[in-house]
Amino acid sequence: MAQDAPRFHVPAPHARPGDTPDFSHIEIQPAGEAKRPDVDVPGMETRDLALGLIGVLDHNHQAVGEWDPKLDAEVLREGLKHMMLTRAYDDRMLKLQRQGKMSFYMKSTGEEAIAVAGAMALDKGDMVFPSYRQQGMLFARGRDIVDMMCHCISNSRDNLKGRQLPVHYTWAEGNFFSISGNLATQFPQAVGYAMACRYRGEDQIAASWIGEGSTAEGDFHGALVLASTYKAPVLLNVVNNQWAISTFQGIAAGDAPTFAAKGLGYGLASLRIDGNDFLAVYAATQWAAERARKGHGATVIESFTYRADAHSTSDDPSGYRPKGEGEAWPLGDPIARLKNHLIGLGEWDEERHVALEKELNELVIKSYKEAESHGTLHDGPLSPVESIFEDVYAEQDWRLRRQRQDLGV
Amino acid sequence: MSIEVLMPALSPTMEEGTLAKWLIKEGDSVESGDVIAEIETDKATMEVEAVEEGVVAKLLVAEGTEGVKVNAAIAILAEEGEDPDNLEAPKAASSSDDTSEDESGDDSADDAAEADTEASDDSSNTGEPVFVDHSAPDASDPEIPSGTEMKETTVRDALRDAMAEEMRRDDTVFVMGEEVAEYEGAYKVTRGLLDEFGPKRVVDTPITEHGFAGLGVGAAFNGLKPVVEFMTFNFAMQAIDQIINSAAKTLYMSGGQMGCPIVFRGPNGAASRVGAQHSQDYSAWYANVPGLKVIAPYDAADAKGLLKAAIRDPNPVVFLEHELIYGETFDVPDVEDWVLPIGKAKVRREGSDVTITAHSRMVGFALQAAEQLAEEGIEAEVIDLRTLRPLDTATVVESVKKTNRIVCAEEGWGQHGVGAEIAAVVTAEAFDYLDAPPARVHQADVPLPYAGNLEKLSLPGVEDIVKAAKAVCYAE
Repeated sequence: MAQDAPRFHVPAPHARPGDTPDFSHIEIQPAGEAKRPDVDVPGMETRDLALGLIGVLDHNHQAVGEWDPKLDAEVLREGLKHMMLTRAYDDRMLKLQRQGKMSFYMKSTGEEAIAVAGAMALDKGDMVFPSYRQQGMLFARGRDIVDMMCHCISNSRDNLKGRQLPVHYTWAEGNFFSISGNLATQFPQAVGYAMACRYRGEDQIAASWIGEGSTAEGDFHGALVLASTYKAPVLLNVVNNQWAISTFQGIAAGDAPTFAAKGLGYGLASLRIDGNDFLAVYAATQWAAERARKGHGATVIESFTYRADAHSTSDDPSGYRPKGEGEAWPLGDPIARLKNHLIGLGEWDEERHVALEKELNELVIKSYKEAESHGTLHDGPLSPVESIFEDVYAEQDWRLRRQRQDLGV
Repeated sequence: MSIEVLMPALSPTMEEGTLAKWLIKEGDSVESGDVIAEIETDKATMEVEAVEEGVVAKLLVAEGTEGVKVNAAIAILAEEGEDPDNLEAPKAASSSDDTSEDESGDDSADDAAEADTEASDDSSNTGEPVFVDHSAPDASDPEIPSGTEMKETTVRDALRDAMAEEMRRDDTVFVMGEEVAEYEGAYKVTRGLLDEFGPKRVVDTPITEHGFAGLGVGAAFNGLKPVVEFMTFNFAMQAIDQIINSAAKTLYMSGGQMGCPIVFRGPNGAASRVGAQHSQDYSAWYANVPGLKVIAPYDAADAKGLLKAAIRDPNPVVFLEHELIYGETFDVPDVEDWVLPIGKAKVRREGSDVTITAHSRMVGFALQAAEQLAEEGIEAEVIDLRTLRPLDTATVVESVKKTNRIVCAEEGWGQHGVGAEIAAVVTAEAFDYLDAPPARVHQADVPLPYAGNLEKLSLPGVEDIVKAAKAVCYAE
């Protein structure tokens, strides 16, 4: 019989607009079930962790299992606050963008735990090479919110001098690399940065984040080869938020069972974690950082999550995915889950939550006001005109001087 | 200061909509977050929130108005303490003119001319065209003390010596690439380095040009000084995103916070019968990019002095070598620390009748052509460009003012090439001195063929330069 004839194949998501959101095909390993190996485990022995799902917070919002990082309530409250501030900031910046205050914005809604817990579990001296959806790291590392806004509206206090898209932050003193608009280029760079730490005999490590869509880039594969070959002290994070703009994760995954599984092929320790579980992200990052610092090499971490909002302000997801898909996401909302966990511990309550929400909203509003006092996108003041010729090279050469003179500035 | 409330967009593609309903009236106080209006498009309805707090001074667009453009002002809020009645409506959206404290924000050409000129260091700014001296500042080759011994050295060994000396001098310098360690380089340029410096500083890489170029960029972000060898620049095509988008642009995009002191080096251009994919000249490609420095030396002394300078340079440098001159021998001054200035051309032969510019291997052909021309009574001045970015156009222009003729020779393709750039500069800056149109010598406009006879026909050589020089001298 002529069955199973070769067919031209392009995978499609389970649901498109008009369909009922459906995540029934996703298998979720119960929180607390995954084993936590020693940090010197050979990479190939992490197979179950790459195919399963490391979770700590169970459906009763209790921390369970070997991966529970057993954090103080104070640390949990700090994490909650950074996540809530990230969300308040994102929401406000979207509204401001819609009113023409900036040209472009990218929210991280639903993915706050990945950035915040990831940053909190690393040392502040560790270098981070994020993608454009980890702004939560900046809050966790204490960046000034007004400075962040000044960058997004490219005013006179923009530390990038009006040269970079909003959200593409650089904060060298916070060990936060210059965000690249070319996807995944930071992955091999993080490997090189991490190796340079060892070259100098320093204890620092590096960590990078890319989306699941850009694992198809050569940079991803080059980085994994190099990290494996040189046992680089680096964390290679893949944020699988299901959607690369309108392209569902299966287009990049192919027949691979998970994105973490791809790390196994390079012999790297590979973990797949519940990215909406603050404690799981914290614990996995802490494990991988310790592994790297002790010289056992790199770890690939797939954070399984859902991009709850549009890709960017230039995107309208209603054209390619069903309404209500975010609410149907089986792993819930990272802020609500940590909040409920803290309440369960008796370390938090609704009143304090509402009060904190209000306080953070006010902080964002007040900060934006202050940011605008340093200039607005439309009316300035912006970076001075002559600054266009600065920083092309470490020193200005005659050609740049000449251009500046030709402009009369 | 009053605050304009702008017509928001419901989606990235929305251009206009209907202001369906105002939920506030003039004189009302609003808090940030209050819903103040409803807008509609044919697809959806949205509530408009106040972003700022204040008192509603004016509603500029009446309820029910259709076709309100996105970003048009729809209302004005007065801030605390302002009198809402004294506020004027703006003439048009986004042209608010009540920003008297704004001194430096407007970058229109008119204002720029009036702007503070303190920063301008060597030209008086009268509004008249000013001739700008744009030669590389104080750049000249170091004096070679009399009595200095000259050491005969191949270009290959000169490059190795440069790396070895810089690695001895600076612990942060290391070499990486395919076959650089045990094998000592596909062209033996890293000979002896593994023995002297060990595997930490002479690092073999897997065959992933893009990957290890990115690794080098990351190490440079961390303050190391990687020397990344590409087996040939043809293979660096895989890495060009890391070289241009990351290495060249990050210092600028990061507002000066993250620099990338790195050298990308290896043979560039044609070898002998290795086919189109292994025989391309990338001079013009890299020389096109701000943020990169691009060096293409000819002889061993320049190879050594400029590679040492490249390794010390805080910027990303593309260092283009040539396989077919690796084995050629030249004099290298035997001095303690031979470092040459980047951005300075070298007049290799003085002449009065025609200027010939060339870089890399073509310099040798230009010098041979000059000898032939001299036999026919034409004195050619040969300029070795040495650095392609920043390009020392001053030396070329000065020469043309003397010779009144120019031939621009390069191994690569002509279109948008190095010669095209030089011809344009000379035409713009020495037009009145030219007695003939600038001539260019370059590769035939085809991928380089493999067969020896066809390859020879495609590549420019001595005869092509002689012919072009005679043509601009109207000697034939």
